[in-house]
Order: sequence, then structure tokens, then C-alpha cells
Amino acid sequence: MAIADMRQRPGVALAAAILLHVVLISAQVNTTAGIPLLQVVTFGAFSEVQRATMAMIDGVRGMWSGYVALQQVREENATLKQELQTMQIRLQQERAEAQRTDNLRQLLELRERAQLDTTAAEVIAGPASPDFQTVTIDKGTSDELATDMAVISPSGVVGRLIMPSRRASKVQLLIDLNAAAGALIERTRVQGVVVGAGSGMLKMRYVPGTADVKTGDLVVTSGIDGIYPKGFVIGTIDHVASSAGEYHEISVRPAVDFARVEEVLIVRTPPASREPGAAQ
Amino acid sequence: MRSAVAFAAIFVALAAQTTLAGYVFRSSTPIDLVLIVVVYVAIKSGPVTGLLAGTVAGLIQDALAGGILGIGGLAKTLVGFLSGVLGTQFIVTAPLPRFLLLLMATALHAAVFMGLYTLLDLREFPAPYPLIVGQALGNAFVGVIAFQMIEWFPGFVDRRRAGRFLRR
Repeated sequence: MAIADMRQRPGVALAAAILLHVVLISAQVNTTAGIPLLQVVTFGAFSEVQRATMAMIDGVRGMWSGYVALQQVREENATLKQELQTMQIRLQQERAEAQRTDNLRQLLELRERAQLDTTAAEVIAGPASPDFQTVTIDKGTSDELATDMAVISPSGVVGRLIMPSRRASKVQLLIDLNAAAGALIERTRVQGVVVGAGSGMLKMRYVPGTADVKTGDLVVTSGIDGIYPKGFVIGTIDHVASSAGEYHEISVRPAVDFARVEEVLIVRTPPASREPGAAQ
Repeated sequence: MRSAVAFAAIFVALAAQTTLAGYVFRSSTPIDLVLIVVVYVAIKSGPVTGLLAGTVAGLIQDALAGGILGIGGLAKTLVGFLSGVLGTQFIVTAPLPRFLLLLMATALHAAVFMGLYTLLDLREFPAPYPLIVGQALGNAFVGVIAFQMIEWFPGFVDRRRAGRFLRR
């Protein structure tokens, strides 16, 4: 009966016979890797089925995660944004901390180099009025600070302490119109007085018109004012105007960037000219 | 009944191939008696019977020969099927068409058999074409004679019986 049916469909019978033989041959033949060909063929064919199944599952999963599970993603996105903001703030804090550490290191180096009794302080406030170039530091009388103590930074002279309180002090910057410091031109040792010009620049007064003054000359403290220790950098001569008068009109560019002052050193050692023994 | 006769013929051919062929055909071109039987069964009984005959004959021959089981089977299956198809589509009762059919059958068998072995890197066949041609000619020659004898033998027996009856 079965043979009679097969006679009606010789193509099917041929296909079945060929398949039978192929399977039979594959079961006996090894590939170059020594694996039976039947296993290789079966694995290869089944792996395609697996691949198709996995592609289908991935598609469904992708659809789920890409569309259905968006609510969770939205919440996660919000959380991540918040974490990112927190991290950005923390990064800024860390960066500021690193900058502060660097500044403190420079201050420490300055302290060691100057061999003065100093204490470090942090600028906690700027000027209360644009007419007065002052800053507030975080140390006061509790740290043995007193009026007219010099305030310096690694770049140069900052100013002087004009009003100490218990835990804070007001510092008059050297660029203030009312500030002044005894100075000398390092190259020629010509002395004068540096005062604030009110525009962020300094003026050096009382330098004789016959003195050798050049643009670019370094101006340092002379120490005769009894406030600033001798030899600290004030700035460089930016412009020298020859005049018919007795003195040069000298413009000095400050060494300190007053807009960026953050940490300073307060010199607690009085200059030699102010020491009791020196006056005598 | 016809299938049983076909299978019986295959077994006889196999027996002859394994026992007598080495003595009768001592040339370098061995004759495939089983193939000849498969072709004959196919042209007499059609493609499906030819296919089955080829499958059985080929598998048994493979098993006996010790090669890869199925390669000879597949070759003879195709030969049986195509011979059956040609047998139903064309008149292959005369010696010449049968000769040609046997030539083509042998060539196809050799192509599939050697091709698969070569493809699977299991055997090498140096200079296969002279072998194939020789085998094809031998199979065709022996097959045509065998076919004629097989078809002639029943009539011969009948005529002898009839002659005996008339002489009485």
C-alpha cells in the first residue's frame, strides 16, 4: 500500500531516499576537525534555528525595553541626572580643593623662604564698596593678629591688616587709594612710595627725576614703612612719564592678581624698623 | 511479486559480484553487476522500484565493500530513479538504447560516487576518466547481453517445451 502510494509520488520518494543517504553518510564522515559531519550539519542547522529564535526573543525584548519599560528608564534617567549633577558639584569641589591645596603649598613655601612668623588665612569676603579695595580674611585677634600687619601672597604684597576682629579681619589692598608702602626699584635701589591708583594699578611716587628708571623694572618693598618686610615683590614698572618736575611719574603693575586672591599669609613678625630695639 | 523478483535479482547479482566477478572479469575495469541489475529493474518496473532497488543494492554493496555506508547507496538510488524515469519516457527495449542507458547510468554512478568521496576528502581517484569509460563500456556491453539473455531465456524455455510437445 505504501509502495503503491510512493509510486504516485516518485519525487517525494527520491527526496526521502536522498535525505536518508545524506544522513547516513553524514553520520559516518568526520570533518577535518575530527567531528562527525552529522553533528556538524545538525549543529549548523539547529544553530540557525537557535539564531532565529534568539533574534525573535531579542526583538521582543528590545520592544519591551524600548517601549513598554520606558517608565522605568525615565525614572532611571532622572536618578542618573541627579547623580550627574551631584558628581559635577563634587568635581568642582574637588577641583577647588586641589587648587586650594596648591595655593597653600605655595604659601608654605613662601613662609619657609621668608623665615617670618606668619599665619595663613583664607579670604572670605570681598570689598563692601567699590570705593574701597578691601577683603575680609577668616582670622583675627584670636590668632594673634593685630593692626598694620602685612598681608602677602606667593605672588607678592597684598596689603595690610586694618581692622581685626576676634575671628576675622579686614585687609586693605595695596591698590586702594588710601594704601601705601615703602618701595624701591630692585635694579637701581632707588627708593620711593607705592600708592594705590584706584584703577587696579599702582603709582610709585617720590622717585627723583634724575633716577634711572625703566619700564619692566621690578619694584619691591623697602621695609622702611614699618609694615611690610623688606624685599617682597610689589610689581613691575609699567610706564614712566618724564616730566619737568622733580619726580618721575611711574605707573606700576601689581604682581598680585587681586581679583583672584584666595589664601594669604599674615606676617606676625614686625619689621626691623618697628621692633623696639630698632627705634633706639 | 515484481519487487520480490527484483530484490532476488539484486541478491543474485551481489552474490555473483562478490564471488564470480573476480574470476570472470579479470581486467582492470571491474564490471558492476549490481548496477546492471538496478538499471534493468528500473527500466522494467519504473522509477520508484528502481529507486528502492538502487537504495537496497547500494547500501548492501556499501556494507559489504567496507566504505562509507550510503555513498554507493545514494549513487545507485539516483541511477535507479533516473533509469526508471527514462524507461518510462523512452522506449528502451532495443540493445542500442539500453547500451546508451547503461553508459549514462555508469557515468552518473561514477560521478556521484567519486564526487562524494572526493568532496568529503575520503579518497582520491587519480585518472578517473579512463576508469569510468572502461567501466561504462564494460557495464553496457555485459548489461546489454544480460538483458537480452534474460528476456530471451523465458521464450527459449517456452519454445523448447513447445517443441518437445510437438515431437511427441
